[in-house]
Amino acid sequence: MRVALFVTCVNDTLYPRTGQATVTLLRRLGVDVEFPSQQTCCGQMHYNTGYRHQAEPLVRDFAETFADYDAVVAPSGSCAGMVRDIHPRVARRSSGRVDPERVDAVAPKVYELSEFLVDVLGVTDVGAYFPHRVTYHPTCHSLRLLKVGDRPTRLLRAVRGLDLVELPGADECCGFGGTFALKNSAVSAAMCSDKLRHAADTGAEVLCAADNSCLMHLDGALRRQHSGVRTLHLAEILARTEDDPHGTSWSRATRSLA
Amino acid sequence: MSVVSLGMPAFPTTAESATRDAQLRHNLRNATHTIRDKRAHAVAELADWAELRAAGAAIKDRTLRHLDHYLVELEIAVTRAGGQVHWASDAAEANRIVTELVRATGETDVVKVKSMATQEIGLNEALADAGITAYETDLAELIVQLGDDRPSHILVPAIHRNRAEIRDIFRQAMGRWGRPAPEGLTDRPGDLAEAARLHLRERFLTAKVAVSGANFMVAETGTLVVVESEGNGRMCLTLPETLISVVGIEKVVPTWQDLEVYLQLLPRSSTAERMNPYTSTWTGCTEGDGPRQFHLVLLDNGRTATLADEVGRQALRCIRCSACLNVCPVYERAGGHAYGSAYPGPIGAILTPQLRGIASALDASLPYASSLCGACYEVCPVAIDIPEVLVHLRERVVERSRGHLGERAAMRAARWVLQDPDRLRRAQRMAARTRRLHPKRLPGPGAAWTDTRDTPQVPAESFRDWWRRTQEEER
Repeated sequence: MRVALFVTCVNDTLYPRTGQATVTLLRRLGVDVEFPSQQTCCGQMHYNTGYRHQAEPLVRDFAETFADYDAVVAPSGSCAGMVRDIHPRVARRSSGRVDPERVDAVAPKVYELSEFLVDVLGVTDVGAYFPHRVTYHPTCHSLRLLKVGDRPTRLLRAVRGLDLVELPGADECCGFGGTFALKNSAVSAAMCSDKLRHAADTGAEVLCAADNSCLMHLDGALRRQHSGVRTLHLAEILARTEDDPHGTSWSRATRSLA
Repeated sequence: MSVVSLGMPAFPTTAESATRDAQLRHNLRNATHTIRDKRAHAVAELADWAELRAAGAAIKDRTLRHLDHYLVELEIAVTRAGGQVHWASDAAEANRIVTELVRATGETDVVKVKSMATQEIGLNEALADAGITAYETDLAELIVQLGDDRPSHILVPAIHRNRAEIRDIFRQAMGRWGRPAPEGLTDRPGDLAEAARLHLRERFLTAKVAVSGANFMVAETGTLVVVESEGNGRMCLTLPETLISVVGIEKVVPTWQDLEVYLQLLPRSSTAERMNPYTSTWTGCTEGDGPRQFHLVLLDNGRTATLADEVGRQALRCIRCSACLNVCPVYERAGGHAYGSAYPGPIGAILTPQLRGIASALDASLPYASSLCGACYEVCPVAIDIPEVLVHLRERVVERSRGHLGERAAMRAARWVLQDPDRLRRAQRMAARTRRLHPKRLPGPGAAWTDTRDTPQVPAESFRDWWRRTQEEER
C-alpha cells in the first residue's frame, strides 16, 4: 500500500511538528509514508470565502498530485473534509476546468489521521505515552463532515498515562471558521471564550484537537490570556512514547523553535 | 421586504454589541440550550427520523419543481370551496391587497395569528399607515408588540426577554393597548400567561377580521393548515367574520398524505413536542361555521427568483421550525436582531439575501454570519445544506459587490503562491527569515485577529524544508 502524507499548508508553514509527529507515528506503525513534494493546499480558504473559481486549480492539482497513492493521510479534519466532501462538488460545477473523474478517484482515499489509524490500520493502541490530563475538542468538520465519531477519543484513551477528561459542550464550534474569525471577530471571540472556559473547567493542562487551524485560534487566545492551558495536536500526543516522552527525537530534528 | 433592514448596519456591527450584552447572552444561552436538548430527545424517539427527513426534503423538492401546477390546483380548490385567491408578486402588492380587503369590511382593528410571511412583508406597519391596528395574539408576539420591540426568533419571538422583563412590559404597556395588567402582577410564568389571557380574550370576542399565515396549503382540497401551541390561532381562525391568510407560494404540498411527514417533522424539530397542541385546518368557507369570507393572498416576494437558483433553491424547503437557530453558536451570541429580517439565524442568513437581494450592507453581510460549523444542516428536518448555500451566496457577494477589491486581490495572490510548491517554499522561507520582526499586533484587517489573540510563531523551518533536508537525504 502506497501511503502519502497530505500535511496541509497550515501545518507545512506554521506547525511542521504536527507533520513530523504524523510521520514518526506512521513509521512506528510500519507505514512507509511518502511526502509528494508537489502538494500545496486543498483550497478551503478560497472556497469557503466565496472564491470557488480560485480554488479550482488547487482542486485539480490535488487530484494529480495524489493520483498514484492508495491512501492519503491528512492531520486535519477540515482539510480532509474539504477534499472528500467539497472537491467533487467543485469539479462538477467547474464547466470542465476540473475533471470530476480524476477528483472522484482520489477523494474517497483521503483519510483524517484518526480514521486512517482506526479504520485502515485497525489500531487504537498506538503505543503512545503521555502522562498528562487532556481534554479533547472534536472540531466541526471532523465531527459533522467526516463523522469521525469517537475514533480520536478511543486513540487517546489507549495512551498510557493519559487522563482524558470530557469537555463540556464539546460539539460546539470554537469560533474559528477561517475568515469568519476576521469578518465576525466579536462573535468568534465570544465563541472562543466559551470554549476556553469549558476547557479550563475540566482542569486539563492540554486542550487537544485534530485540526491546527482551530487550535491556532484557541492557542492564540490562551496565550493572550497567559493561561496555564496549552494546545496540542492529536498527532503530537500519539507520537510520544515512554522512550521519547517529549518527542525530542522528531521535534529536535528541526531547527529549534524560538 | 425592506421594512426592517433600511439603514441597518452590517451583521458584524450589531452582533458585536450583542456579544457585550450580558443579559441577552444569558437569556439566549438558557433558552436555546433548553430547546436544543429537548429537541434532541424528541427526535431520538423516532427510529425512522432519517427516512422522515429524506421524505420531507423529497416531497418539497418535487412540489417546488412543479410549483406552477400545484399553485393552480390550489387556487381552483380554494375558489371551489368559497374562498378568494389573490396573487401578490411582492411585499408592496401583498400589503395593498390586505389593506383593501380590511377596508372593504369597514373595520379598523384586526387580530393576528403569528405569521412569518406577514412579518416578512411588514404588514402591521402597512396597516398602521392606513389607520388599521393589527393586534398580535401569540403570547410572544404580544410581548414584542407591547414592548415596541422586534422579534428575534422564528418560533419564540421574545426569546431575548426573561420573565422579569416581560412583567415590566406587561405592567407598562398593556393598558395602552387594551385591558391593563392585573394589580400586583408577578413574574411567575403562570401569572404572566393569565394576564395575557385576560388581555387577549376581549380582543378575540370583539374582532371581526383576522389575518393569518399558514404552515401548509394542501393543493388537492384547497385546505390551509396552522399548527400552534396556545389556541390563540384557533380563536382567530374561527371567531371573526373575515379571515385573510397571507402565505408564501412555497408552502403548498400536493396531498393530505404529505402532511403525515411534516406533522411529525415540524413539532419535534421546533417545540420538541410529539404533536403540537392545536392543528387547525380549514377549506374555504362553510355556512354557519367560522368566517363567512376567506381570502388567500399567495405571496411570491423573491421566491420565484430563489427557485431559479440551483444551489439556493433548497432554502424554499424550509418549514420554519427554527431548529437551526437553536443550535447555531453564532445566533446564540449575536441574537436575532442582528440579522435584520423576519428570518434570523442560519436559515435567515440564506433566505434573506435570496428573497431581497444583496444590495444593502446588511444583506451582503448575512452569508458570512456563520463559522460553517454545520450544526444547522445536521438538525434541519428537511435537510437544507445551509453551509453549502452560505458559501454559494458568498460567491455571489464577491462577484457583485465592489467592497471586496482588496480581499479579491489577496485571494488571487494567495492562490498564485499556493498553486506552485516552489513559490510556496519561497514564501515560507521569507516568513521564516523575518519571523523575529513579525509584529504582535497586526495592522489593517489582521487587527481583527490580534485584538483578542496572539499570532502563531512562524517556525524556523517549514515541514517541506525539513522533509527535504532530513528525509530525502536518507533515501
